[in-house]
Amino acid sequence: MLQLLRPAVGSFLLLTLLTGIAYPLLVTGISQTLMSDQANGSLILQAGKPVGSTLIGQSFSDPKYFWGRPSATGPVANNAGASSGSNLGPTNPALLDAIKARVQTLHAADPSNTLPIPVDLVTTSGSGLDPHISPAAAAYQLPRVARLRHLDAKVLSKLVAEHTEGRQFGILGEPRVNVLALNLALDAVR
Amino acid sequence: MNGLLQIALYLGVLLLLAKPMGSYMTRVYAGELPVWVGWMQPVERLFYRLCGVKPQQEMRWTQYAAAMLLFSLLGVLAVYAMQRLQAGLPLNPQGFGAVSADSAFNTALSFVTNTNWQGYVGEVTMSYLTQMLTLTVQNFLSAATGMTVLIALIRGFARHTTETIGNFWVDMTRSTLYILLPLSVILALVLVSQGVVQNFAPYQSVPLVENLSYDQPKLDASGNAMKDAAGNPVTEKVEVKTQTLALGPVASQEAIKQLGTNGGGFFNANSAHPFENPTPLSNFLAMLAIFLIPAGLCYTFGQMVGDTRQGWAILVSMTLLFVGFLAVAEYAEQQGNPAFTALGINQSATASQAGGNMEGKETRFGIVNSALFATITTAASCGAVNAMHDSFTPLGGMVTMAQIQLGEVVFGGVGSGLYGMLVYAVIAVFLAGLMIGRTPEYLGKKIEAFDIKMASLVILIPPFIILGGTALAVMLGVGKSSIFNPGAHGFSEVLYAFSSAVGNNGSAFAGISANTPFYNTALGFAVWAGRFWLMIPVLALAGSLAAKKRIPTSIGSMATHTPLFVWLLVGTVLLVGALTFVPALALGPVIEHLNMMNTH
Repeated sequence: MLQLLRPAVGSFLLLTLLTGIAYPLLVTGISQTLMSDQANGSLILQAGKPVGSTLIGQSFSDPKYFWGRPSATGPVANNAGASSGSNLGPTNPALLDAIKARVQTLHAADPSNTLPIPVDLVTTSGSGLDPHISPAAAAYQLPRVARLRHLDAKVLSKLVAEHTEGRQFGILGEPRVNVLALNLALDAVR
Repeated sequence: MNGLLQIALYLGVLLLLAKPMGSYMTRVYAGELPVWVGWMQPVERLFYRLCGVKPQQEMRWTQYAAAMLLFSLLGVLAVYAMQRLQAGLPLNPQGFGAVSADSAFNTALSFVTNTNWQGYVGEVTMSYLTQMLTLTVQNFLSAATGMTVLIALIRGFARHTTETIGNFWVDMTRSTLYILLPLSVILALVLVSQGVVQNFAPYQSVPLVENLSYDQPKLDASGNAMKDAAGNPVTEKVEVKTQTLALGPVASQEAIKQLGTNGGGFFNANSAHPFENPTPLSNFLAMLAIFLIPAGLCYTFGQMVGDTRQGWAILVSMTLLFVGFLAVAEYAEQQGNPAFTALGINQSATASQAGGNMEGKETRFGIVNSALFATITTAASCGAVNAMHDSFTPLGGMVTMAQIQLGEVVFGGVGSGLYGMLVYAVIAVFLAGLMIGRTPEYLGKKIEAFDIKMASLVILIPPFIILGGTALAVMLGVGKSSIFNPGAHGFSEVLYAFSSAVGNNGSAFAGISANTPFYNTALGFAVWAGRFWLMIPVLALAGSLAAKKRIPTSIGSMATHTPLFVWLLVGTVLLVGALTFVPALALGPVIEHLNMMNTH
């Protein structure tokens, strides 16, 4: 056993230095030099001050704004300091109650809209920080936001389209609308 | 349609990379390095000089196992100590205190065994120093350990009439230096370009567009919750005007987390978190990284035993099993939850929405990439998640659990997946031998009583601990009180936890509150046994095989590269798994599925 001790301790320490210090520092150095925006959280700047991240959703409940995915983080929704999903199982009555309540809130905000609700608008995201909704979920909310902001629906759908990303390279992932960026743009219109 | 295209693209790229990756690894383990990594050879030689390693000196299987265990033990001590001491160490901008003893014990075992089960919440528990200096390190070393054991087993098949199966220190150093490290640097940088964060800054605070508030219990001077005259707790409203963005050296850990099939997230939400997995491309590369080395190792195996058809046969068997499981998961998740439809919710897949069961899933990944990721991460022993498995439909969730229970031999963990599959191959030729009454042989090696005993240990130990542990937990109050979801799903949470621990997977039906002394301890032992109680018999098998004579192929030998053998292997994996786990699965996901369909 003793003859194993020197190689064991030696390789453990050297490999730790290599993979635990040299490697992360190398990656940090290159990232901070070449891609500092992304490496520091893809922040949205207004007048030089960060007002959010393009990658992290914020919570909206005012009907004047587009609403994002519901979030299960605590103590408030979209807590980017403690990401979490709901972990509610598919047959858990608490899941169905929560979804029922969200359906009612959406209907209360816009009683005139009786279309079926896109599923992503009433289910919590995996991270609790999802910055996106589906284009269907944006289209569902569009008449409400247009009415409350006295905007022409055509103008508004153009704005939504500007904040809609297609599949990456035309293939990967799903089309999606960035809710925070869209709402910031809405406030700028006003 | 686009979904099928994405899946085909994924499998196509993966299978195209298997051969170049595999032949590169063959060269690495033989010490014949291509030029573009050859410049690191002086580093390798310096390592050996400093550590007193004689690279030409080979080890018997017992020495190899002892070296591997000692090396892993050092890892456990380092990870445990760092978590307990992090409060006083640098790179702790959020000022996190020491991790509790039971949680630190669990995490240490979990990361050293390549499980990366996480009872803790990363962004509110671990300092940057703990993450990079111990957790990132174990992401490398535990993966490399799996690869060393596999390479030793392959040498057992490839060699004959010898006592030795290689040098652990050499295999460990080469796996890390030439395979895991260069790939990680490249992947980490591409991930940063997509938006994965990489810094040492304190958490960033940003103003909210719309302020939030919540009620919190009011505390008196001594910190106890205050109650009003009627005995109800008094609450106060807290206004929230800012959002705190957790940051850290994420990309460097994220890259090796996938490449090494580790799966431990920097953040609690793991690969669902936009700072770990921001775009469909980062997601595609993550999925590719998980299967890249396991797929390549099949080709390495073929080359090392001198017949690449043997490697392809194994890779085809894995792919067949994978596609079958994937189809079930994709179908179940896309069908969605019948209870949602009753509430006036549109779950159909259209051009403008993914539809399906979106609870616990991210918009950018939709159904296709969430179900694909979940099938990959549980086929491999990765355990990273980009959607919450606890909120999957019963059948979608069952796929993830069942793959872990089969021993993660469908691609599987780096190294561990293929050595698991080779053990199944030994069992398969044994079964075939019994049927036709001949001494079984595989790759020119007679499979005898000792070999079958070792193989049986590898097959029998995991179910014994998974089913025994689950039974124990659901009988004890401390086990049941951690369950989050009611009914059959609650049982699934416990079954999943023990399956994930023993399988060294690390994903969870995460509703379960596993950060308790009972689960931290029980699952800590489960990850340890699930790793090393299998590695030791595998190394014993390697030693036994290496010592055997090679017998020439005769007219009576069964070919092990044919479609017939592929089906025999697939059948063996499914049959052994089904016989073992179907009763337990019937009590969990199957009942839940029937309930869900009946109620609506």
